[in-house]
Amino acid sequence: MTGPKTLYDKIWDAHVVSTSDDGTCLLYIDRHLVHEVTSPQAFEGLRLAGRKVRAPEKTIAVPDHNVPTTLDRVSGVIANEESRIQVDALDRNARDFGVVYYPVSDVRQGIVHIVGPEQGWTLPGMTVVCGDSHTATHGAFGALAHGIGTSEVEHVLATQTLIQKKSRNMKVEITGHLSPGVTAKDITLSVIGATGTAGGTGHVIEYCGTAIEDLSMEGRMTVCNMAIEGGARAGLIAPDEKTFAYVMGRPHAPKGAQWEAALNWWKTLKTDPGAHFDKVVTLKGEDIAPVVTWGTSPEDVLPITGVVPAPSDFSGGKVEAAQRSLDYMGLTPGMKLTDIKIDTVFIGSCTNGRIEDLRAAAAILKGRKIKEGMRAMVVPGSGLVRAQAEEEGLAQIFIDAGMEWRLAGCSMCLAMNPDQLAPGERCAATSNRNFEGRQGRGGRTHLLSPAMAAAAAITGRLTDVREMM
Amino acid sequence: MQKFTTLTGIAAPMPLVNIDTDMIIPKQFLKTIARTGLGKNLFDEMRYTQDGAEIPGFVLNQPAYRKTEILVAGDNFGCGSSREHAPWALLDFGIRAVISTSFADIFFNNCFKNGILPIVLPREAVAVLMEDARKGANARMTVDLAAQTVASSDGQVFPFEVDAFKKHCLLNGLDDIGLTLEKVRAIDSFEATAAQSRPWV
Repeated sequence: MTGPKTLYDKIWDAHVVSTSDDGTCLLYIDRHLVHEVTSPQAFEGLRLAGRKVRAPEKTIAVPDHNVPTTLDRVSGVIANEESRIQVDALDRNARDFGVVYYPVSDVRQGIVHIVGPEQGWTLPGMTVVCGDSHTATHGAFGALAHGIGTSEVEHVLATQTLIQKKSRNMKVEITGHLSPGVTAKDITLSVIGATGTAGGTGHVIEYCGTAIEDLSMEGRMTVCNMAIEGGARAGLIAPDEKTFAYVMGRPHAPKGAQWEAALNWWKTLKTDPGAHFDKVVTLKGEDIAPVVTWGTSPEDVLPITGVVPAPSDFSGGKVEAAQRSLDYMGLTPGMKLTDIKIDTVFIGSCTNGRIEDLRAAAAILKGRKIKEGMRAMVVPGSGLVRAQAEEEGLAQIFIDAGMEWRLAGCSMCLAMNPDQLAPGERCAATSNRNFEGRQGRGGRTHLLSPAMAAAAAITGRLTDVREMM
Repeated sequence: MQKFTTLTGIAAPMPLVNIDTDMIIPKQFLKTIARTGLGKNLFDEMRYTQDGAEIPGFVLNQPAYRKTEILVAGDNFGCGSSREHAPWALLDFGIRAVISTSFADIFFNNCFKNGILPIVLPREAVAVLMEDARKGANARMTVDLAAQTVASSDGQVFPFEVDAFKKHCLLNGLDDIGLTLEKVRAIDSFEATAAQSRPWV
């Protein structure tokens, strides 16, 4: 390919092993992240075929979805038998196939998408895959990162490659700057609200613009994390000085002469002027407000100052879907979003379980108490985030406010471990999906930022965090 | 992998848009370490009450649709998670083809790895087939992968596009890994070059 290239084009071209006549490529995979839910059948497939893991040193495994996050987990055994079997299977597979492993007992254990960057496994210009759709997170480093199914997990384990056709290029530009109280989570939800959950299907999104450049690495990971909720397999942000500063000194980042060589290449990883995008979406940073979701699709996004919509506000198949969402969520059209009462607050997940997220929540909670009767939990994204939050005094703020301070894991984002909602229980969650039953059968989820979640915990209803700053 | 050539079977209508992977197979069933046995929990929370009784109104519980082999679904089917448990559950129930205006990328890809054919058709064609599916068990559609057509019960034929490589693998039931390992020299050579140009990886 000649002419100006996008960032996606450049990373893609650097990883093509071979190309077939019909354009199907074999793409080399630099990092393969593995967790316990989508890998057991893949390892079993290798065993049955007598195959090995081709590059165990590029394969990083960590249990996260099933692990309990209560403090008693340090005593060992996982009570739920099926969860225990899955985690035990990962222990055994990691040992048998010799891949890099962070077991539950390791302080570095956590959500796979938080551990990868934290340990320096994720670097600019890499291809990163994992049997998990939120692999898009790693795109914040200018790495081409996306989720794959279990058959593809097995394929990558055996061959260190993936059979792929190139996606189209999509640019999402956020111009200007964010207003106080507005965060990366509000950007990513607002983009999905504008484009819909299928808006990015078949595309890789590059997020750019001054409001994206302003974000910390943690914020950029939040933005890319939800690219999948907009239908795009991957989201990318060009690496810059913030990226290099974050990566430098991490355990698996290059050192010395290799660092210099890497840096020289990383600095070329940006879209050339005049490169073609198949689709372009532009939002003004100043137009983005703190948002929440009202329905059961991540595209059901509204500013916190809004009201619950009516099915008649929509067209086509969305009319029926909106009615179904309202019934499921127990909401009436016209109701102010700030009148929606909340039973539970969940702060955590691969979307918002990093140190900056906990700082943002703690800034609102400091010196305040959560509403009486409220159930609120803070689940750090990794053991190291937990340790840092304790060192910075954030943990004490959460505990003093009346919240539960947990161990690291996916927890109530998808409720595979004991952290679940009861039917009808309404939760303000910093996670990524508000699907029916996602946080427990009959549970009702409103997605929002960590600061907004903290505000809701204090007032007991969805709240405009700007009133509490 | 099971081959897919032609299929004539009962089609069920599921017009809801954005049917996500959590609806197709809720997370409590992801704790298995096998690929089989998920069919009984396909669409679990739409199909059963909390205490496990069937919900009579749900399409797959109706007598005419108990042996459904084809789904005609609303836009953006399979959005959400990468869990391959979603196609495993469809397959285990007996569903070999899904027709919609659009699919989420990862789900779409996962189907092909499991002998399921996801078919993208224009909105007008999906609308015709949705109506056809509403007729019940007497309406049997025919999918012909080699010819790339779907025929409604009354003989209306709709052509569809499919990636040539994916079609080839599905028609012949081919295992990707075996095919890729035939290119192991190219992979070796890529790794050797990358070890020079990007030694930090």
